[in-house]
Amino acid sequence: MTTLKKVEGFEIRQENADILIIGGGTAGCMAAVTIKEKEPECNVIVVEKAHIDRSGCLAAGVNAINAYLNPGQTPESFLEYVKNDAAGIVREDLVLSIAKELNDVTKKVEAWGLPIYKDDAGNYLHRGKRSIKINGEPIKPVLAKAVKKSGVRVINRVNCTNYIIKNGKVMGVFAFSTREKVFYVMRAKAVICATGGAAGLYRPNNPGEARHKMWYSPFNTGAGYAMGIRAGAEMTSFEMRFIALRIKDTIAPTGTLAQGFGAKQINSRGEEYLSKYGAKNTPMRLYATLEENMAGRGPCFLDTTLLSAEQAEEVKNAYLNMCPTMVLWWKDHGLKPNQRPLEITGSEPYVVGGHTQSGYWVDVKRRTTIRGLWAAGDVAGGAPKKYVTGCWVEGKIAALAALEYIEDKSVEEVSEELMRQEFARVTRFLRGGQFSYGELEEGLQKIMDEYAGGLGSNYGLNEEKLMIARERLIALDKLVSQLKAEDMFELTRVHEVIDRYWVARALIVHLLYRKETRWPCYQSRLDYPTKNDDRWLVFVNSVYHADKNLFKVIERPLKEVLCHDSSY
Amino acid sequence: MTVVIDSGKCNSCGGAREPLCLRICPGDLFHKQSDGRVALRKKEECWDCAACVKECRQQALSLMLPVEAGGQGAKLCAEKKDLRLFWKIE
Repeated sequence: MTTLKKVEGFEIRQENADILIIGGGTAGCMAAVTIKEKEPECNVIVVEKAHIDRSGCLAAGVNAINAYLNPGQTPESFLEYVKNDAAGIVREDLVLSIAKELNDVTKKVEAWGLPIYKDDAGNYLHRGKRSIKINGEPIKPVLAKAVKKSGVRVINRVNCTNYIIKNGKVMGVFAFSTREKVFYVMRAKAVICATGGAAGLYRPNNPGEARHKMWYSPFNTGAGYAMGIRAGAEMTSFEMRFIALRIKDTIAPTGTLAQGFGAKQINSRGEEYLSKYGAKNTPMRLYATLEENMAGRGPCFLDTTLLSAEQAEEVKNAYLNMCPTMVLWWKDHGLKPNQRPLEITGSEPYVVGGHTQSGYWVDVKRRTTIRGLWAAGDVAGGAPKKYVTGCWVEGKIAALAALEYIEDKSVEEVSEELMRQEFARVTRFLRGGQFSYGELEEGLQKIMDEYAGGLGSNYGLNEEKLMIARERLIALDKLVSQLKAEDMFELTRVHEVIDRYWVARALIVHLLYRKETRWPCYQSRLDYPTKNDDRWLVFVNSVYHADKNLFKVIERPLKEVLCHDSSY
Repeated sequence: MTVVIDSGKCNSCGGAREPLCLRICPGDLFHKQSDGRVALRKKEECWDCAACVKECRQQALSLMLPVEAGGQGAKLCAEKKDLRLFWKIE
């Protein structure tokens, strides 16, 4: 085992855990607490790139729980809703396993301190069939407090780079401090990946100092996806991208106004347009907006003029709890929320396993195709419309499964050679290079925007453009190897760009492969503009083969469920 | 301009090793300069989550909407009192 303490000015720090959780976000926090509740003596480490108090996509807060079974709803009705939204392609086993526990997990986090609005009778306030209203501004600190109280060890400001793999099994992760010259060798009996989805792949809506105003956290850069891809884990459904319908400029949420206050989508003539397109699900609401714009009837808006003065004030408070800059926008424009309709727009595309279903191919216990590795939350695939509560359930499921797995396992040795190899790959950028991370990031985003269905091409895809994207990404690889970093902050950014690059490579493979249009806007093949259930009612999965530097595509039938034998 | 530091109010958390804004920012965008004062190193990378604004005990941090997103100078500040958050906009 490596006993090195110092290499090239870096401290080499060893950490051992029974279970290592990568990512202290929604799923990761729940996984951590679940393990400690079941086995208080279990040595659990959560390793987080930022600080768990405000890391991940919930940093600013959230206004509603959008996956909850209100009275009259059942796990089966939830599944039907998810299947309809995903045009028939979902892993029913995963979605049902989530649906069965959504309400329990909500009560659990309420008990931890999450404020949930109730009526006079003490019942949760519904918003439609599957949502409840919460004051989600403190959601992240509430989760973080529960983690700390449980006795889990949290290591903040550490960025994970690659899994440690021995004999085809994940037995830890390599990582580095985002602030100091410390390289980590973290060994564990089992690893749960909970790193969330990937943002920043495509050119965003706004330029300059507003470029990080996005739907998802710009600091969720696909590390877990990239590590899994590099390790040869099977991934699913990257082609089902997610594009959010948001308020223009601020990219603030629209759900609160639309579902919470009933604001209708109207075009510039004041016409409600959704019914023209039979638009009843999330992708179609975006598609309809795009079509109205292209037909010259845009811009499109959420009609907030019908809100009462009291509702307008309520709306402002709702935005303060999840996207405060919306309130600034109204102030800057001298407007009250109900004075003028609010313009809406599509965001740039993201790869996520929460709203859509891109991520690790997992079994019902959230085991990935690599032994010793579980995935939970937005990084896990096959179960769209997960939202916050679905991520909590997956965190819990993965935690219990990992706990069962480690019963007869031990922490294993890491060879010095393996450590030095990863150390060299990770730190080389500090020793010189030519390109800044910012240049690579914008170069990548331009390729994806122009050739892989970004905002600039109204999300449309075709074979010829995707082949150009593929070619340009291969060429970008040379530049990736010439990135430079002045300090540990820039080194973190360099690896974020590298991880995004890997996600983009996998994404192009998936976008090329599915030759139909199943999810308009999210995945619109202009050269195959219709849905083809006879041929394409299958999962498109992929595995990267490092020895050949290529991706192999695997089609999986809808009912396929991973089975692992007892020796797994 | 996204997060603005009022240098008259900021005391770098009394010279703490890790001022609260440094501790909390999900993008790790704050740093201590050579004179010990806190600054934003990459304001264009700010996500506007306002985590730092809520955390600052001096109310030295304000959120502004970038001009590129329609901002015109309004500022939002927050103060935590007895576990409640009070916003102030100007």
